[in-house]
Amino acid sequence: MQVGYYPGCSLESTAKEFDLSIRAIFQEMEISLKEIPDWNCCGASPAHYLNEELAMALPYRNLVKAEEAGLDQVVSPCPACYSHLKHVHEEVIEDSHLSERLQTIVGKGYQKGVASKHFLDFLKEDIGLERLKESLKSSLNQLKVVSYYGCLTRLPGVKLDDLENPVIMDQIVEAIGGEPLDWSYKTECCGASLSVSRTEIALRLVRSILEAAQEKGAECIAVVCPLCQSNLDARQSDINKKYGTSYKIPILYLSQLIGLAQKLDYTQLGLDRLIINPRDLLVGKGILEK
Amino acid sequence: MSYLNSLDIHQFRNRILSISGEDVSKCIQCGKCTAGCPISPEMDVQPNQVLRMIQVNDQDTLLRCSTIWICASCQTCSVRCPEEIDIAKIMDSLRKLALEAKIPLGEEKVVKFDEIFLESIRKRGRVHELELVMKYNLALRRPFKDAQLGPVMFSRGKLRILGHKIKEVGKIKEIFRDSKRLFKP
Repeated sequence: MQVGYYPGCSLESTAKEFDLSIRAIFQEMEISLKEIPDWNCCGASPAHYLNEELAMALPYRNLVKAEEAGLDQVVSPCPACYSHLKHVHEEVIEDSHLSERLQTIVGKGYQKGVASKHFLDFLKEDIGLERLKESLKSSLNQLKVVSYYGCLTRLPGVKLDDLENPVIMDQIVEAIGGEPLDWSYKTECCGASLSVSRTEIALRLVRSILEAAQEKGAECIAVVCPLCQSNLDARQSDINKKYGTSYKIPILYLSQLIGLAQKLDYTQLGLDRLIINPRDLLVGKGILEK
Repeated sequence: MSYLNSLDIHQFRNRILSISGEDVSKCIQCGKCTAGCPISPEMDVQPNQVLRMIQVNDQDTLLRCSTIWICASCQTCSVRCPEEIDIAKIMDSLRKLALEAKIPLGEEKVVKFDEIFLESIRKRGRVHELELVMKYNLALRRPFKDAQLGPVMFSRGKLRILGHKIKEVGKIKEIFRDSKRLFKP
């Protein structure tokens, strides 16, 4: 089975472990990923904020490149990349004027034949939980996990799950032998790029998320977004300094948790790249050998 | 002074309607948008007030406020609005109108970040995260902000020294040149 892949800029740098772990677990399930050739940035929030046409033309070029490469399905791990591809695909189907305009800007026409998938719905709908379970060689040994979705379910174009009480990640955690904990901070905001420009706002938001996770007794937080991961992981020491707290909660990509249940190698999954080191937790739970 | 001719008190509301497709006259001031907004404690104008100010044509306050820039576009307000007004989309429109008006913006720091981010895409086709953060902190004359994170991120292999440049970067420059701030006039 082959599927298109749109990693996006963060997965080349701050979220390298998201890329590594996705490639590793897909290989384990005999799914080969074919990157969109010469893909460009989706424009993320800055294009969306500053220039409406640019925000649509950048993903439009990626759709054209995917189509040229014969890809009819593209998986994006990053929620922003995914939302932008899917939203533009839907908008050009709805609005022929926009479709023509984007074709003029990009210089090539998109024939509207690329289905965008997020890593989560590809896993659940296309691979299926049964096939996922068949690939497992181990279990998460009832590791207590809260799943954090951020704004993923509400982004334009996304119809993944219930908007404010999604369960798709929790179902996957359960399928790989973890104990999903219910909590009310699943879809709260992490502050996104305010973490760079208005850091104090992001610290306040992330602190409340960490606090809620700890109150629930979570041993780690599972995420599927590079920005969520970065804000929750890299800002814990700033939060502890500012608020006198002592959070040390590992923030793992769901793909890394899956890889652990497939008994894949620690560094192959990029677990050594996380800022809050998860090793002691994983060894303690018997998920990882010493 | 207003940047639009405000003889017609509905002019601003209609402009928002034409570019966003959202009709603020449906707002019943229930306050759900503000109650659920994660950033409201830092906002100078609350989300429900934004809608009211559009109704009463108070464009001067709105285009200068900080709110429209620190809105994180998390969409909670849009999802919860009982009148199904896409408030996040209205925030998008206000940002573009503020830029178009060429007035001092309410949150220069945020806009600066977005500009440097886009410049990174224009130059390479992709964002180079290390360069982005360094350039941003230099532009704000605080080069050592978050400096403590640098060594940690490096040690985890999270920062690339050199950014990737895509092959068709010339095409990206053309896309930047030809894209207009607003699709609908």
